[in-house]
Amino acid sequence: MTTPTTDCIKKELHLRAPQARVWKALSDAHEFGTWFGMKLEGAFVPGESVFGRITHPDYEHIHLEMKVERMEAETLFSYWWHPYPMDKKRDYSKEPMTLVEFRLEVADGGTLLKVVESGFDKLPPDRRDEAFRMNDSGWTHQMVRIERYVTN
Amino acid sequence: MSRTDAIPAARLKGAAPLFAALGDATRLGLLASLCAGGPLTVTRLSGQFDVSRQAITKHLEVLSEAGLVKSLRQGRERIWTFEPKRLEEAHHYLERLSKQWDVSLGRLKAFVEN
Repeated sequence: MTTPTTDCIKKELHLRAPQARVWKALSDAHEFGTWFGMKLEGAFVPGESVFGRITHPDYEHIHLEMKVERMEAETLFSYWWHPYPMDKKRDYSKEPMTLVEFRLEVADGGTLLKVVESGFDKLPPDRRDEAFRMNDSGWTHQMVRIERYVTN
Repeated sequence: MSRTDAIPAARLKGAAPLFAALGDATRLGLLASLCAGGPLTVTRLSGQFDVSRQAITKHLEVLSEAGLVKSLRQGRERIWTFEPKRLEEAHHYLERLSKQWDVSLGRLKAFVEN
């Protein structure tokens, strides 16, 4: 596969808030849960897991584990989790986790936040099938059209 | 993160081999044949095009490197099949999660800026 983009998601955004404020919103489990929309039990400690539940009524069945990797004051917070565990009948605990990294730096009177979630290529293929089934018409339709085009 | 943002150079670079693989009439024809009638052997495929078997194999290899087709060895021949799924599914999955992140980070932004 020549497309390097299948393994990670990258996001970057500027926040009009001091780095210390953003750091607290990320590194404090209670605050993290507040904006993310989940109830977390315990505090973030590198090497340890925090467990929680999504607070949105449609997703209350989702239990989450965040295994904290690194915490470097005001600059880096990273953890492992099972991305988007939507199927309540499925046991995600044996699957590989993805790594989420938040990096912070001062920028333009506020904070530049860079988020990278990586490790998707190691997930079981059927995790992706699930997403594929939702919208599988793309290429197949395109190819039928190309076939018509080149054979007429 | 708006829709009007330019596509990052790295992403364009990643997509280039895919479009390069598609940018050839013979390869498009091979892909169309595999899509409509595949899986097929090189022998069967070369009957449909005005180029040598070696050239067909080369073209298939280019498509294979772009992840658009794959081959299985069967005896002395290789059977080629169209492979849209891996690419598609990976991208759809990430797209969905990417949108999820946009929503979450939007909430973080509102949370720290207020």
